[in-house]
Amino acid sequence: MNNYRLDYLDQLESESIHIFREVAAQFEKPALLFSGGKDSIVLVHLALKAFRPGKLPFPLVHIDTGHNFEEALNFRDALAEKIGEKLIVRKVEDTIQQRALTEPKGKFASRNALQTFTLLDTIEEFEFDACIGGARRDEEKARAKERIFSVRDEFGQWDPKLQRPELWNIYNGKIHKGENVRVFPISNWTELDIWNYIRREKIELPSIYFSHEREVLEHEGQLVATSNFIQIEPGDKISVKRVRYRTVGDMTCTAAVESNASQVEDIIHEIITTKTSERGETRIDDKVSEAAMEDRKKNGYF
Amino acid sequence: MDLLRFITAGSVDDGKSTLIGRLLYDSKSIMLDQLEAIEKQTKNKTSGDIDLALLTDGLRAEREQGITIDVAYKYFTTPKRKFIIADAPGHIQYTRNMVTGASNSDLVIILVDARNGVVEQTKRHSLIASLLKIPHVVVAVNKMDLVNYSQDVYNNIVIDFAKLATSIGLKDVNYIPICAINGDNIVEPSINLQWYSGSPLLNYLETIKLEKDINLTEGRFPVQYVIRPQTNELHDYRGYAGKIISGIYKKGEAVTILPAGISTTLSAIEVNGKQVDEAFAPQSGILHLTDDIDVSRGDMIVPTASLPKLSNELEVFLCWMDNKALQPGNKYLLQLNNKIVKAVIKNIEYKLDVNSLEQLALPEKVQLNDIVKASIKTASPVMFDDYAHLRASGSAILIDETSNVTVGACMITNTIAGE
Repeated sequence: MNNYRLDYLDQLESESIHIFREVAAQFEKPALLFSGGKDSIVLVHLALKAFRPGKLPFPLVHIDTGHNFEEALNFRDALAEKIGEKLIVRKVEDTIQQRALTEPKGKFASRNALQTFTLLDTIEEFEFDACIGGARRDEEKARAKERIFSVRDEFGQWDPKLQRPELWNIYNGKIHKGENVRVFPISNWTELDIWNYIRREKIELPSIYFSHEREVLEHEGQLVATSNFIQIEPGDKISVKRVRYRTVGDMTCTAAVESNASQVEDIIHEIITTKTSERGETRIDDKVSEAAMEDRKKNGYF
Repeated sequence: MDLLRFITAGSVDDGKSTLIGRLLYDSKSIMLDQLEAIEKQTKNKTSGDIDLALLTDGLRAEREQGITIDVAYKYFTTPKRKFIIADAPGHIQYTRNMVTGASNSDLVIILVDARNGVVEQTKRHSLIASLLKIPHVVVAVNKMDLVNYSQDVYNNIVIDFAKLATSIGLKDVNYIPICAINGDNIVEPSINLQWYSGSPLLNYLETIKLEKDINLTEGRFPVQYVIRPQTNELHDYRGYAGKIISGIYKKGEAVTILPAGISTTLSAIEVNGKQVDEAFAPQSGILHLTDDIDVSRGDMIVPTASLPKLSNELEVFLCWMDNKALQPGNKYLLQLNNKIVKAVIKNIEYKLDVNSLEQLALPEKVQLNDIVKASIKTASPVMFDDYAHLRASGSAILIDETSNVTVGACMITNTIAGE
């Protein structure tokens, strides 16, 4: 081995930084979609590496469903404050009022689908031409086919059959007015890569990623935190367990996993030995059908 | 730990998806819930065993029709390496997808059905691998169980392929007999293939040397973005951000700014916010120059000792990727790294028949999946290297100015001297 071979994490990091700079150079008004989850926290970390000592050439944008974990929201505000960058928050609640949308019903009624309306309104409001997101190709099989620069039409829709070929490290960001591009700088990272990077870079995360006690409802083998956002009925099995979150989405559609992992090291060990995929274990929204994600993306979801 | 990107070439019939499924399954990269989902689908189709191939089909239309439409990326990690698989469909109409997947690959696995040997499709895949200059080639002779694990059958295929490899200039070709469906010689050596003394496929993928694949002698740094904080404390800060695509950059060395041709020296190099004495490919970093020179996106900072070519005439192999045929005389945009210039296709010398490997006389139309030898004229000179010599600065895409779609992939084969 010579000294001029990069570790795989350095290779992934450099690729992501390169993508960030392409976005900054090719678009007029980009935005970074920030959710407060680990993937978007890593995105912010990479963005700072790409542009410091300058300011980020885009704001952080959070589409707040109103069903978020408080810990994630607090973390979001603290992070934006700490790095001194602009944070724009748009609420699904407001979109529901303005557009007289119908709230979904049911035990775990999720605003996941409604989120897309707020996202598209926000893109229009600020005339964003590129939205950077933290999706990874290992998460889900529709995502495995999406480009790093993914062109969306004026309705935000993804057409999987009409994707531009994406070759070498050349990114074609040319679009017509009204279209926008979703950009995924960590496309080639896996869940394990993210955690190894978090460990190496000592990146701070919201506390809910680590083992804590929480009141949960057991539903079809999944543990859902009790909150005002889900319907609790007599006969529901509710107990206090030691859990952590593997992904952080809405409280209504993200399940916790039983865990004593209180350090990043323990979590990495858990991921290496787990038998269930990230989304399979923790996402209630993907279980609806085999093509749930593909359908959401076609409708403008990121 | 290192990272290996590879592409698998072969059709469903060659057992390509089964091989990928097997690699993921045996390296324990398939999770229970994903297996259950496949089991469910397999039952839906009322066939027998679990179909590992279903793992790689991501879109509804693909599952319904049992075909693969688009390049899918798959990931697995062993204690030795992280792997990224570009899974590209092998049908005739999908040259475009294989070219796309091959463009970023360090290695290609070409699947050959032991019963059929080297067929037309093998030639096509090999030719694309050769055109795209994939540094390492593995010929996986699959379905050995169906030829009674015969060493003779295998040896004959090796002889046939070696001839093909020589004729099209494939380098570093290795051969491994396997049976993907039973897992023979994938992760563990197979008792059925005791005459084979080499390593199983996974072991080979884990240990193949990659150090020499990156050119460390000729520095290439396309400027992506200029960082100018313009704050009080960083008033004079002006950094050129980009990725070193080849070579090593050293603080204090003489560099030339292209295309302007101005000479200066590197006053500082930053990687990850820290000042370093040297940086190398494929690191991203920020370069600082001693002199105050106008440098912007699309320019290149190169060590004065190893300049690239500079010309407005390019000889290329062009793979056409759009449903609309190439319009001779139309202007396209050529994007080479991050430099974008107007370009016109001046002349098409011949079309390459990817099946027979013959050069065909000038076709009437250049259509989707065609590969042609062409010459391109650009509106202003561009910096480049021969693709065969330096992939990262010898590749370009063509963009249709009106649809904004990427319509072509160019591998520069320049023999024309700079102007």
